[in-house]
Amino acid sequence: MTVASISPNAAPIGIERSPGLWSLAWKRLLGNGVAVVSMIVVALFLLLSLATAFGWIAADWNREVAVNYAPPTWFKDSHVNAIEAAGATKAPDAGPALDGAAQRAEVPNERDLLRDTIAELKRQLGQGGATADSGVTIVDPLADVMTELRKQLARGDGAAAKPTGAEPKLESLPFGADKWGRDVLKKVIQGSKTSILVGFAAALVATLLGTVLGAYAGYYGGKTDDALNWFYSIFSSIPYILLVLAIAAVLKQKGVLTVVLILGLTGWTSIFRLVRAEYLKHKARDYVRAANAIGASNRRRMFVHIFPNISHVVLVQLSLHVVLFIKSEVILSFLGFGVPVDTVSWGSMLNEAQNELILGYWWQLAAATAFMAVLVTAFSLFTDDLRDALDPKLK
Amino acid sequence: MTAYIIRRLWQIVPTMAGVILLIFVLFNVVGGDPAYLLAGKISNPESIANIRKQLGIDEPYWMQLLIFVKQVLTFDFGQSWSTNEFVSNIFATRLPPSLMIGIPLMILETLIAISIALGVAYLRGSFTDRAAMVTCTVAQSVSILVYIIVFQYWLAYRFGWFPVQGWGNHFFENLVKYASLPVLIGLVVSLAPNIRLYRTFLLDEINQDYVRTARAKGLGESRVMFVHVLRNASIPIITNLMIQLPGLLVGLFLIERFFSIPGIGREVILAVERSDFPVIKAITVYVALATMLANLAADLLYKAVDPRVELK
Repeated sequence: MTVASISPNAAPIGIERSPGLWSLAWKRLLGNGVAVVSMIVVALFLLLSLATAFGWIAADWNREVAVNYAPPTWFKDSHVNAIEAAGATKAPDAGPALDGAAQRAEVPNERDLLRDTIAELKRQLGQGGATADSGVTIVDPLADVMTELRKQLARGDGAAAKPTGAEPKLESLPFGADKWGRDVLKKVIQGSKTSILVGFAAALVATLLGTVLGAYAGYYGGKTDDALNWFYSIFSSIPYILLVLAIAAVLKQKGVLTVVLILGLTGWTSIFRLVRAEYLKHKARDYVRAANAIGASNRRRMFVHIFPNISHVVLVQLSLHVVLFIKSEVILSFLGFGVPVDTVSWGSMLNEAQNELILGYWWQLAAATAFMAVLVTAFSLFTDDLRDALDPKLK
Repeated sequence: MTAYIIRRLWQIVPTMAGVILLIFVLFNVVGGDPAYLLAGKISNPESIANIRKQLGIDEPYWMQLLIFVKQVLTFDFGQSWSTNEFVSNIFATRLPPSLMIGIPLMILETLIAISIALGVAYLRGSFTDRAAMVTCTVAQSVSILVYIIVFQYWLAYRFGWFPVQGWGNHFFENLVKYASLPVLIGLVVSLAPNIRLYRTFLLDEINQDYVRTARAKGLGESRVMFVHVLRNASIPIITNLMIQLPGLLVGLFLIERFFSIPGIGREVILAVERSDFPVIKAITVYVALATMLANLAADLLYKAVDPRVELK
């Protein structure tokens, strides 16, 4: 591609090869502490996603290993107190629902967990008729709730109703557990995989589309340029998120591929514009004329001769769009227009967390937010440094 | 000047035609026969037949396209498939709440972002500058969803400083009571990227020779910053504002959804959830038109701020 990628051994003996753009940029990146740290963080996230994609880690995220809403280990004690305090004021409707005498002997933590579950189920299912349960007596119209709760109890969630559960459920996990007692840490790792996969794939689609169209528009000019510019003006005049939602409305089947296509097909415009400008600039340069003179075809001149010289622009754009698309995917999945329900993404986690927060369970929100913030910060810093490294004049 | 405006307006026509074509292909060709969608929603087969006739589903595509063009030109998209409300009425009633959040947000955001950007650009390279930039980068990397969820929970639900959600009937009640938390969240979300952006615009100017000249002839720092640097940096700032303007209508869609504000943005999401094609089509087409007009307005504003700009 560039001079740097040719092995130095190819140079005639005695002449020292001058370093190329990429090796210089690489050196500049390595000399920058922030860039190194952010590169390491991004690399770790990529490794994590790859390992998850191959099923090496977090493959069993769907298993219900803990009691529902098990708190993070370090937060366990204060959580019990907080729930006790909140339980007295915040869930008065659920209080009388339990037969006090049957429950009073139980550990307060479990009882409150149960009570909270009922309160939440009640909220979800609405009111029903009166009924009674093996361990818990209900004097309140909670029939539907109890059927649901009994299902949960049958799975061995509540020690109160099933003292000799087949599999002991953990009381706490390092990152806590969600509504079904699934490990939040494993969920968030799965979510990272989905979001990163979608972000990268969509950025590749958008970059490919933007680069190829931009190359044709800038290189050929004339009618081709007019037509592609018209195309560009259409896509850029519809606000990005509106176009994404419109396509999401039409495409009914959900899936990772759909999200990638939606984001990729709508997000190419800014890349097109930049690449077109670069080709306009480069096509009249001497080296392209020289390539013409030795008989290189148009396509060869565009992609073999010019492209390596503008590839740094494309690379920075690719990097920028990964961040943009990760953010968009989170919003799409949050709204339910993104990845399917059985796939975890940061967006679907935030969606669950929204309701959990009202009940005082903040750990899923915190985990998804923290993972996303760390990756996006590191990636943005890396992109900034990459741009600076590739274009030293910019400083 | 007039000739320029007319020419630019004329240039909107082909782009608008493209937008109409794109939306048409998306909803009429890819989207398929609405009867399948409507079957679950509208139990009356007659009204489905009526809608099919309205859209001309049995006609060839060019005829359907003509019907769509007519709809766009006459502002008559018929009724919503889900609520039977007229689409024109949806626009008339949903636009004011969106604007009531959008306009204060835009004004406050611009003023605050420019002030802070001027400050950090003046202190460039200092600890304050770097701390502000790191804060902005981190703040930017947190999803807007998290800001909304956390602010709504803490400030409205826990502390009770704001209503958790809702919208009233009186202008001032809405503006002061219901719009303040959404505007605050909008500010927090949009300040971080804009401060960074405006800072780079200002830094591009601050190193120019004319700034040194202004200092050399003894002008005070505030005059240099506010009059010379800011005025010259205002062109990219205006571009950025105008780019944001149409997105403002839709961009607030998450906030409107969370706070149950009956605005255009929430309408978009509801329409997508309900596959309410007439509403999505109408909103997309008119927001695209608004975008093009905003771009024209930006170009005209350039001339107003910088007389050197030639309008071609």
